[in-house]
Amino acid sequence: MNQSTPPRLKRFPGGLLLTGYKALSTSRPVRQAALPKRLYLPLQQHIGAPATPVVQVGDRVLKGDLLASPDGFVSAPIHASTSGMVIAIEEHPVPHPSGLKALCIVLESDGEDRWRERHPHPDFDTLDPSELRNIIRDAGIVGLGGAGFPAFIKLNPGARTSIDTLILNGAECEPFISCDDMLMRERADEVVLGARIMRHALHAKHCLIGIEDNKPEAIAAMRAALQRLNQPEMEVIAIPTRYPTGGEKQLIHVLTGKEIPSQGLPIDIGVVCHNVATAASVYRAVEKDEPLISRIVTISGHAAAQAQNLEVLIGTPINEVLAEAGGDNGQPHRLLLGGPMMGFELKQRELPLTKTANCLLLATAQDAPHAPALSECIRCGQCAQVCPMRLLPQQLYWHARAKDFDKIQDYDLFDCIECGCCSHVCPAQLPLVSFYRFAKTHIWAQEREKQLADQARERHEFRLFRQEREKAEKAERHKAKAAVAKGGDDDAKKAAIKAAMDRAKAKKTAASEATDAASAEASTDDAHKESS
Amino acid sequence: MSAFSLASNTSIRQVMLKVSLALLPALLAYTWLFGWGVVINVMLASVTALVCEALILRLRARPFATPFGDGSAVLTALLLCMALPPLLPWWVVVVGTAFAIVLGKQIYGGLGFNPFNPAMVGYVVLLISFPREMSQWLAPGGIGADGLNLMQSLSYVFAGQLPELAATVNSGATPQVAAAVGIDAYTMATPLDTLKIGLGLGEEIGEIMSWPMFGYLGGSGWEIINGLILLGGLWMLVARLITWHAPVAMLGSLFAIATVFHLIDPQAYASPLFHLVTGGAILGAFFIATDPVSGATSLRGQLIFGAGVGLLTYVIRAWGGYPDGVAFSILLMNMAAPTIDYYTRPRVFGHKGS
Repeated sequence: MNQSTPPRLKRFPGGLLLTGYKALSTSRPVRQAALPKRLYLPLQQHIGAPATPVVQVGDRVLKGDLLASPDGFVSAPIHASTSGMVIAIEEHPVPHPSGLKALCIVLESDGEDRWRERHPHPDFDTLDPSELRNIIRDAGIVGLGGAGFPAFIKLNPGARTSIDTLILNGAECEPFISCDDMLMRERADEVVLGARIMRHALHAKHCLIGIEDNKPEAIAAMRAALQRLNQPEMEVIAIPTRYPTGGEKQLIHVLTGKEIPSQGLPIDIGVVCHNVATAASVYRAVEKDEPLISRIVTISGHAAAQAQNLEVLIGTPINEVLAEAGGDNGQPHRLLLGGPMMGFELKQRELPLTKTANCLLLATAQDAPHAPALSECIRCGQCAQVCPMRLLPQQLYWHARAKDFDKIQDYDLFDCIECGCCSHVCPAQLPLVSFYRFAKTHIWAQEREKQLADQARERHEFRLFRQEREKAEKAERHKAKAAVAKGGDDDAKKAAIKAAMDRAKAKKTAASEATDAASAEASTDDAHKESS
Repeated sequence: MSAFSLASNTSIRQVMLKVSLALLPALLAYTWLFGWGVVINVMLASVTALVCEALILRLRARPFATPFGDGSAVLTALLLCMALPPLLPWWVVVVGTAFAIVLGKQIYGGLGFNPFNPAMVGYVVLLISFPREMSQWLAPGGIGADGLNLMQSLSYVFAGQLPELAATVNSGATPQVAAAVGIDAYTMATPLDTLKIGLGLGEEIGEIMSWPMFGYLGGSGWEIINGLILLGGLWMLVARLITWHAPVAMLGSLFAIATVFHLIDPQAYASPLFHLVTGGAILGAFFIATDPVSGATSLRGQLIFGAGVGLLTYVIRAWGGYPDGVAFSILLMNMAAPTIDYYTRPRVFGHKGS
């Protein structure tokens, strides 16, 4: 099969052929970054609820110790990236488009980098899938491709579905980013072994590893690893380089020809998709008992002095990572977290590197154009031609601008994967994706408000109902009392007792309804976050 | 599928410049064949367009530099001039251009918000309001030939008379009579107009086509201009400024329906090729029906839009009151564009059938 494209591969609509600039950062081998003095570990580095600290200021911890445990099902724990002392649990700026602060555990390194006691599971196939999932959950593994969704949830097929194909995403379609490329070149065995564990947990029949054909070294290394480790059920497939082929929906379509239904999940069509780096960290978690405390990150861009990939401890300040890579070469630039298409600008650099950070891009004006909107939309339709979801970006833009949030959902706003193809080709240079994010955020807020309003209205109506009832009951009681006073009999007494018991029962049901409503609200919140 | 480098956004200004460039050869040929009047038209229209644009932007208190410099106003002026007769009183050009920019575009909110193609709005307003001036075409001779020279043209455009006739005016005739008498020596009808009049007089097509003003396919001279417009259009296709859908659908439907009627009665209905190469068909197909703002957006929608324009054009040419129908057809289809867009939405990835 070699590098040629198997004829069975499908093509997704739209997309862009982008200059990759991958070679900038792949000439140097992956290097371990120096141990930082201080690490800032945000409690939320994943989709879901923030973790809850289980350490206190002043605690001494070893490398790999649990610092914060997951809060609820959709959440992930945080571990100590090195040994040292917890010196604060406080608000600290975190990498986020909003530039907001969030709660972080501040760890001061003791310089020894001493591991806690580890209990590896070298023979994972003796373990039950649910035990495996627990190990993976406890290791704090989240999707390393960028989304940060807790990996163990996506390794649970549930009782009703059978998984046909496990797909490993090694497409890495965004320009400049090469951390997965380097991982596959240098640690192909870890990826393959991780995929074996994932297959076992999912009972998946096949495993396809999709890699864009602009990474021949990675493809060769992965194929060699498959042979070395004798994995006939797994296959490396070279896929045509086209942005955004690394999008989950696009990759699955390319490899299997299937479309994930709108609002659905890959599991609905018997597919589960994980990033190659996630697979490698699953291997480390299971067979070496190493939680997710480091990752490979690309430092690139034409303003980077020495573009390269570093293995960095989670929580290392970004300015130290950049310094480690030689900083900038003096060209004017902006610092982006992520690639030029989907990344966002970091206005400051004293921010911790988190689990989902794949690339620090020192972007010149050429690397990631950042021009203000030039003019109005002229409906040229180029955006629609490149949209991989076959949406009509110009209509979405129109309705987002008009804040017509009903209409924009008619045009399937929530199918947008925010890949940025539309903004990229827009001759008016409109920041289209920002408009869509704005509309999405607004709609979520509206829905939350509506839910709260509904609850308030229900409470109010119930209160009125209760007042009415109490009034009626009071009148009843008065009557009964009067009857008793008049020389009442046993029947009246029995009726009074029964009425009291009914009241108690009614109260109980009302209370349980209220908790049901509250938990329903919480679960829709989660659903929103997942789809974001 | 085109390759985009990371900084490849073609700006709207560049788009407008390139479209204007694509129009340039045809405009030069038009000038060469019809004389100085075309140049004067272009000057008048461009200046009027820019002045109107500036004025309205100021009135609307809008950011100025970008919309003013995007080149769309001048492009509108050029497109309008391609449709205007080569010799018009100055105020006709000014009124038409002002109408196109102010009421065709800016009043809706400027570029991007206009439901109708501005140049066609301006043209149709002139066609309806000043039919006499708008049907007064010169013979395609060439600048060096026996046409009007620059001074004569200027004099006619701004003073309404030819210089050598000033004497006639002084001798007692009214200026209108003098002007009409003078210019008549140089004017002739357009091929479509001639065809319509000829058919109205009961002539047969075969006979009409043998008249000297017709060349191999359409009107002599006009063939060259339309050939160059086609060339510009094809270049825009190659340069990915437009897609093939609207032009092909428009010319295809015009060709198809013209073929049907030509086969039914070749002496009453002109040949399909004649329909393609005369009048505004090619200009409309490549330069107007492809206007993204006022046309349909989806590719399927553009097919429907183009087919509608072609069909209506034929209907108006064959049975309507005007010799050509491209401008009316495009405006009518502009009205239909939002509806077409609504019903031709592509099936979103992951959704079941559209």
